[in-house]
Amino acid sequence: MTATIFWQLVLGFGAISLVSVGGGIAVLPEMHRLVVDVHGWMSDADFAQRFALAQAAPGPNVLVVGLFGWHVGGVLGMLTATLAMTLPTSFMAFGFSRLRARLSGRFWLRVVERGLVPIAVGLIAASGLILAQGTATGWLPAVLTAVSAVFVWRTDFSPLWVLGAGAVVGVAFL
Amino acid sequence: MTEAPPRPVPTLPDLFLTYGRIGLIGFGGINAWARRVLVEEKRWLTDQDYAETLGLGQVLPGPNALNAAIMVGDRFHGTAGAIAAPVAMFGGPLILLAGLAMFYDAYGEVPFVKAVLAGVAAAAAGMVLGTAAKMTQKLKPPPALLAVGLCALLAAGVLRVPLPYVVLGLAPFGILAAWQALRAR
Repeated sequence: MTATIFWQLVLGFGAISLVSVGGGIAVLPEMHRLVVDVHGWMSDADFAQRFALAQAAPGPNVLVVGLFGWHVGGVLGMLTATLAMTLPTSFMAFGFSRLRARLSGRFWLRVVERGLVPIAVGLIAASGLILAQGTATGWLPAVLTAVSAVFVWRTDFSPLWVLGAGAVVGVAFL
Repeated sequence: MTEAPPRPVPTLPDLFLTYGRIGLIGFGGINAWARRVLVEEKRWLTDQDYAETLGLGQVLPGPNALNAAIMVGDRFHGTAGAIAAPVAMFGGPLILLAGLAMFYDAYGEVPFVKAVLAGVAAAAAGMVLGTAAKMTQKLKPPPALLAVGLCALLAAGVLRVPLPYVVLGLAPFGILAAWQALRAR
């Protein structure tokens, strides 16, 4: 990895991270602009494949930036891109966490905290819906998604059971 | 709200290992899994605690799961916890992803792996949806807050409005609804 690419990763993803309200994936279009349009590091199809790979793997969705970094700079590129995307906002979150502890119990803070809860839950539901639209390539995966949703909602068994079932169904039929 | 028996407090290694596990099983995104492990399995947080932390993580810039992990870590073990939780959450998956990237560079797409991942992804999508349903059921939001949640689902999931607009646009309504709900008591 050249020094130029290092700084392009640091500045590019660092800047994107600062506007990523709502989560890392909220700024996917910005990442596309940086990686495909501005620097020409990969094609549209490459970008989509990296995104699909990161989505399919476990872990925070934002790790897709690690794959972009890997593409231009190997392991070092992966670490650079990931840290650039996560470190600046982490300091903010930590500062906020301290502030929250200091102000805990104030009426208006409780109001704000409660007011943001439906957005958090609504966005989890939305991400499930978007994932389901991507995976429902036929009736079988759609049924799998529906069964899994009901299983997780109505029972307290570990969701790993449905993931295991998903893997088996995938190998057998997809 | 009913008060359950006192909640256990994790040790620092426990926090690290638990977040490491959340990262490695986090198919379809971290948040649904973090709730499963922290609220249901470990009982370190209530549904309300977790949802509030995640909600704050969403309005702050940065990956929301990361922001939430920092806040949860800080809550239990201060600075050390705020470092341990996210490092564990990112470390495992990052190593896995490096392996996948190498594999991918060497062999391209392998049909077997692709089939496994397709099945797991479909199940994970359902897991995420089921988690949202379960959280709603447990949190029992008053109608105004429920409406804000449904708007978030509709805007982000169906209309595909960019997330910063969804979060910042709906936050005032959520806060207003929460203010009315808390004042009414």
